[in-house]
Amino acid sequence: MAEVKLFGVWASPFSRRIEMALKLKGVKYEFIEEDLKKKSPLLLKYNPVHKQIPVLVHNGKPIAESLVILEYIDETWEGPAILPKDPYERAQARFWAKFLDEKCIPAMWKACWSTGDEREKAREEVIEILGILDNEIKGKKFFGGDNIGLVDIAGNLIGYWFGIITELAGLEIVTEDKLPNFRKWINEYNNCSFVKENLPPKDKLIVFLKARFEAFNTSK
Amino acid sequence: MAEVKLFGAWASAFSIRIEMALKLKGVEYEYIEEDLNNKSPLLLKYNPVYKKIPVLAHNGKPIAESLVILEYIDETWEGPTLLPKDPYERAQARFWAKFLDEKCLPAMWKACWSTGEEQEKAKEEAIELLGFLDNEIKGKKFSGGDSIGLVYIVGNFVGYWFGIIAEVVGLEIVTHDKFPNFCKWINEYNSCSFVKEYLPPKDKLTARFKAWFEASHASK
Repeated sequence: MAEVKLFGVWASPFSRRIEMALKLKGVKYEFIEEDLKKKSPLLLKYNPVHKQIPVLVHNGKPIAESLVILEYIDETWEGPAILPKDPYERAQARFWAKFLDEKCIPAMWKACWSTGDEREKAREEVIEILGILDNEIKGKKFFGGDNIGLVDIAGNLIGYWFGIITELAGLEIVTEDKLPNFRKWINEYNNCSFVKENLPPKDKLIVFLKARFEAFNTSK
Repeated sequence: MAEVKLFGAWASAFSIRIEMALKLKGVEYEYIEEDLNNKSPLLLKYNPVYKKIPVLAHNGKPIAESLVILEYIDETWEGPTLLPKDPYERAQARFWAKFLDEKCLPAMWKACWSTGEEQEKAKEEAIELLGFLDNEIKGKKFSGGDSIGLVYIVGNFVGYWFGIIAEVVGLEIVTHDKFPNFCKWINEYNSCSFVKEYLPPKDKLTARFKAWFEASHASK
């Protein structure tokens, strides 16, 4: 019998991406909650290069890096497709997933964690970057079309975590006038029952993130 | 008839990757050399997000980001495969390609072009990352087999460009005693007839980077 283990963290969007994908495919798996301050020897053995979660272990063979894991899941198990069939559409999905991780997320972190003059500059930057995404989602329900796909799964951070973090940081970024289509996607996303099932509870996440914000602000 | 265009730059490792892949598959294409100081309107139309080369345009539909393009090429055309067939092997190929581009390349680039303390720090990071690479290559041809594969193509920067740049700037970090397996791989890489055919001539590339180096020092 196939043995699937996932090393993750309840509050991590990267970890939740994998859970979403596994659930989408109906794959049974064992979830191992890691303490990131005290990583298990097994995690370090399975991901010696990055020493990070998530790591998927399938029949003892480990795979790291969430986008790599998502493609592996799509290629290994039957069920709803994570990536489209058409090569050009697949290329677009990969392009946008990369854009999320390489541009959107770092810009977002910067805006949330910076202070003073830097903060306003970072805020403008993230709005500009999200503007590109806003244009891409125009006229679509999800990035994957009628159903969620790779980009929507990878979009959990910007679709859910981001709203909570910006509220805690006292930042207003996703406004109706600047990012109307992106705002619409956020609503669709958060109302999608399948997605909702795979997100950590808002109150628990707020407590967790608030603590991090406070620690960050007192250390300044 | 399928129309394939590649917007590239002769001295760019990323651009050469795409040419290598297209040639491997026997795809006929029109090559458009871009002047990166004066980008063409067509390039900017085809890659408005990053405004970079390489961009592949297939029947008028553009794809950007070299790793995304390489997967598209593999899925679209028959011929020698870039990625292995087995999903786990594919995941490993993607993992190492990502590692090369997201970790190794930036660290190595920074080690070459920075100075003082920043350079020392970048050198240390590059050495640590190359250690992982060296370990992974041990006993393998670093391509998931004996054929030219994704990692081999993506490895063009570390296998060829880096040596040239390091020599120009006077950086020595890739030594036989530190990275025996990596050095062996570099030799194999540079002796591979297929690879050699598509790499820009060493003297031309050296001259280009020498000019950059002199300019960067003159402006300080």
